[in-house]
Amino acid sequence: MAGSSEHHGTDWSVGAFLPAVLPALLFVWAAGYLPLIASGEVARPVLDWVPSLGIALSFLIDGLSLTFTLLITGIGTLVMLYAGQYMSGHKHYVRFMSYLTAFMLSMLGLVLADNLIALFVFWELTTITSYLLIGFDHATAKSRRSALQALLLTGTGALAMLAGFILIGTVAGTFELSEILSQPGVLTEHPWYLAILLLILAGAFTKSAQFPFHFWLPNAMAAPTPVSAYLHSATMVKGGVYLLARLHPGLGGTDVWLWTLTIFGAITAVFASILALRQTDLKQVLAYTTLMALGTLTLFLAFDDSVAITAAVTFLIIHSLYKACLFLVAGIIDHGTGTREVSRLRGLARAMPITTAAAALAALSMAGFPPFFGFIGKELMYKGGTEAMHAPIFVTAAALAANALMVAAAAIVAFRPFWGRGEAETEPGVTPHEAAWPMWIGPAILGLGGLVLGLAPILAAPLVNATVAAILPGGEGYELKLWHGVNLALMLSLATFALGFLIYAFSDRLRAGLAALEARNPIHFDNGWDHVIDGVKAFAGWQTRVIQSGALRVYLRITFVTLFLAIGGTIFAFGAFDVSVVFPNLLVKQWAVILLIVAGTALVVLTRSRITAIAGLGVVGIGVALIFIIYGAPDVAITQLLVETLVVVLVAVVLLRLPYLYPEGKVIHRKFDALLALALGAGTTMILLMVNAGPLDRRLTTFFEQASWPEAYGRNIVNVILVDFRALDTFGEIAVVLVAALSAFVLLKGMKREKAE
Amino acid sequence: MNSLILMAGSRILVALLVVFSIFMLLRGHNEPGGGFIGGLIGAVGFVIYAISCGTASAREALRLTPETIAAVGLGVALFGGLMAAFTGDAFFTGQWLFIGETEDDKGLPLSSVLVFDVGVYLVVFGSILSLVFAMEEEI
Repeated sequence: MAGSSEHHGTDWSVGAFLPAVLPALLFVWAAGYLPLIASGEVARPVLDWVPSLGIALSFLIDGLSLTFTLLITGIGTLVMLYAGQYMSGHKHYVRFMSYLTAFMLSMLGLVLADNLIALFVFWELTTITSYLLIGFDHATAKSRRSALQALLLTGTGALAMLAGFILIGTVAGTFELSEILSQPGVLTEHPWYLAILLLILAGAFTKSAQFPFHFWLPNAMAAPTPVSAYLHSATMVKGGVYLLARLHPGLGGTDVWLWTLTIFGAITAVFASILALRQTDLKQVLAYTTLMALGTLTLFLAFDDSVAITAAVTFLIIHSLYKACLFLVAGIIDHGTGTREVSRLRGLARAMPITTAAAALAALSMAGFPPFFGFIGKELMYKGGTEAMHAPIFVTAAALAANALMVAAAAIVAFRPFWGRGEAETEPGVTPHEAAWPMWIGPAILGLGGLVLGLAPILAAPLVNATVAAILPGGEGYELKLWHGVNLALMLSLATFALGFLIYAFSDRLRAGLAALEARNPIHFDNGWDHVIDGVKAFAGWQTRVIQSGALRVYLRITFVTLFLAIGGTIFAFGAFDVSVVFPNLLVKQWAVILLIVAGTALVVLTRSRITAIAGLGVVGIGVALIFIIYGAPDVAITQLLVETLVVVLVAVVLLRLPYLYPEGKVIHRKFDALLALALGAGTTMILLMVNAGPLDRRLTTFFEQASWPEAYGRNIVNVILVDFRALDTFGEIAVVLVAALSAFVLLKGMKREKAE
Repeated sequence: MNSLILMAGSRILVALLVVFSIFMLLRGHNEPGGGFIGGLIGAVGFVIYAISCGTASAREALRLTPETIAAVGLGVALFGGLMAAFTGDAFFTGQWLFIGETEDDKGLPLSSVLVFDVGVYLVVFGSILSLVFAMEEEI
């Protein structure tokens, strides 16, 4: 258990409050946009990033992004305050808070970005920071595995999503979301629509843990509780939901969108809420109810009528409030009793009065009782479901099943541990006790939030309306109020409560039954994941053994065969054999250089002494340098000569250690090598002749000749290009030189250590 | 290698080659040369020294490890590129200062481009020596 290994001290310092300051300030900043957004306006601050590629750090603040921003910063403040106490005294406290802050900022970037490329970068930043957070307890194998699983799964999805973004950018002609979404039909009517949709959904579904990618989310509970509270209420997993909502105007409204989201959302919601009953760990129960919530959100984002979208937006806010609260409560229980096992927790209400009250408020909102905000959300879901244009019965049934199971889950999490008859079986030496105020203040505010918004939905209405307008252009949020009169939705609510209580009453028996079923179930997604990873590793091992043989000859052969096939294939494919070879009239010195090179080559091929072969190669190199000098490239010639010199030195140093030149019985290899060398030489000659046959494009040469002096004050064009016009390339190259030298250095030092052992 | 003539000669050679390499570095903007060639020449000087007098003496003469020199060089090159930021230009835009500029003569030109080229020199110089020294010592 996390609680027993982490120390919860009560020593107070500035460090415990400091991390909460940034999110609090950001919350205030974001709240400043409320009047603007409520009046139906949109803000678009822009910062140039890579102007030459049309990529800008542009932000879009509308109802949707503002809702997310407020949730991220608001819940972020409370979670940081909580974590300041929960993690205090931990030896990596500063590291933890830095990760959490970095994650929060990435998440803010994700929801505020107006540019698809920027959105992708922030998306990946949340993936990386969440990897660090989930794997924070890195000494345990379970944490490491969970973190890697989340990283690989959401990272793979994100790559698909990037491909989708690029297709969108190509089709729409811009990467700015606000511009893409203002062209209705530009994506849905394009032939690439299906490909775009599937790629985007791959990203959204993995991030938001939709079936069948759901299994990483419960595993991610290996993270410390504040992380779970933050990642799984308002942030990380809602990233996918945000993307679906954001792209709803551009990609939604088609049959494919409708059915994919309906089916996957419904399956996830029902499947997850049944599995939630199966769990015995508080955090696991909450994890599966999070899956249910994500499924429900996906389900309602499938539609394009305002009631369903209003239901989704309202539920998004409700869920963030109660889920963050309950996760934090689970942490307090863990902290106060030393266990999170549902079966061992009873009657904690007396020892933890404030936590009990907060949990009760959150659970009532979760179960959807009036007058809580959750009730309004549930009514909207039923109204949206029954009035859905397609498959209303299916949607309503899925919502009903999920909601009833949610009532039962709420009772399991927040009723029994506090009010259940009997004594809690705490860890030895732990007396149940209330947490310090920085820990209960968060749950209390979040729990009260659900009640206040339920009593006065008018407070949330402007933001909800603006969000609905962002998801559904021209749409208007359905009126939020507690009492809509006796109607079908109210009847369904009553049925939900009845069904929920029934499930709760039989929950122990249901759990046993589900456990038995699970034992016989042959399909395990989590194990399947291991098989996939094992397969990838095996494949990587196999291809490394095949390609990376370690023998230099094999590498050279592979490289040259590939080069020959590329050259020969291209010439063959374009049928460009008709090169009229006009033999140039060469001067004596040119003939001399050619002779020198040919003689050097012959020496290399024919000799049986390694030192002679190296000398022969040197002759060839010097011949090439002479060609450079003849044609007026002294810089290249000097470099060539110096490199030749150094190569000879290096080879001379290692000469003694190299194996004998021609192992016996390898004549066939020699013949193959000779053939390959001749073929490659012939191919290269062909290419050069073909290049010479056409006129040379001298535009670049002319540009550099003209610009070199007036613009860069240099007469040596080669050097001016290297250090000025193409300085960034040179910088990359010298970085490579340094890395290569360091790698070789480390390898050589390693050899020495191996020898010593 | 125990050759007295080589040992005596290499001491003069290394000094000459290093001076020559700096000459090549500085003239590079207008004549053949530059940081890459200069770095190669300087490295050749020390390689000769290492072969004749041993890598221990060569390392001592260098004072800094070649890896440090190469890493510092990369930093210097980066700094040369970042100098453009002081004037608000794009990354790697050349910045020039002509000391004693008159109508006919540009005077003494100083530039961020030269700083960058010095970085290139140091990276090439350090990387090659790192490699050669390691080979001499390990094999």
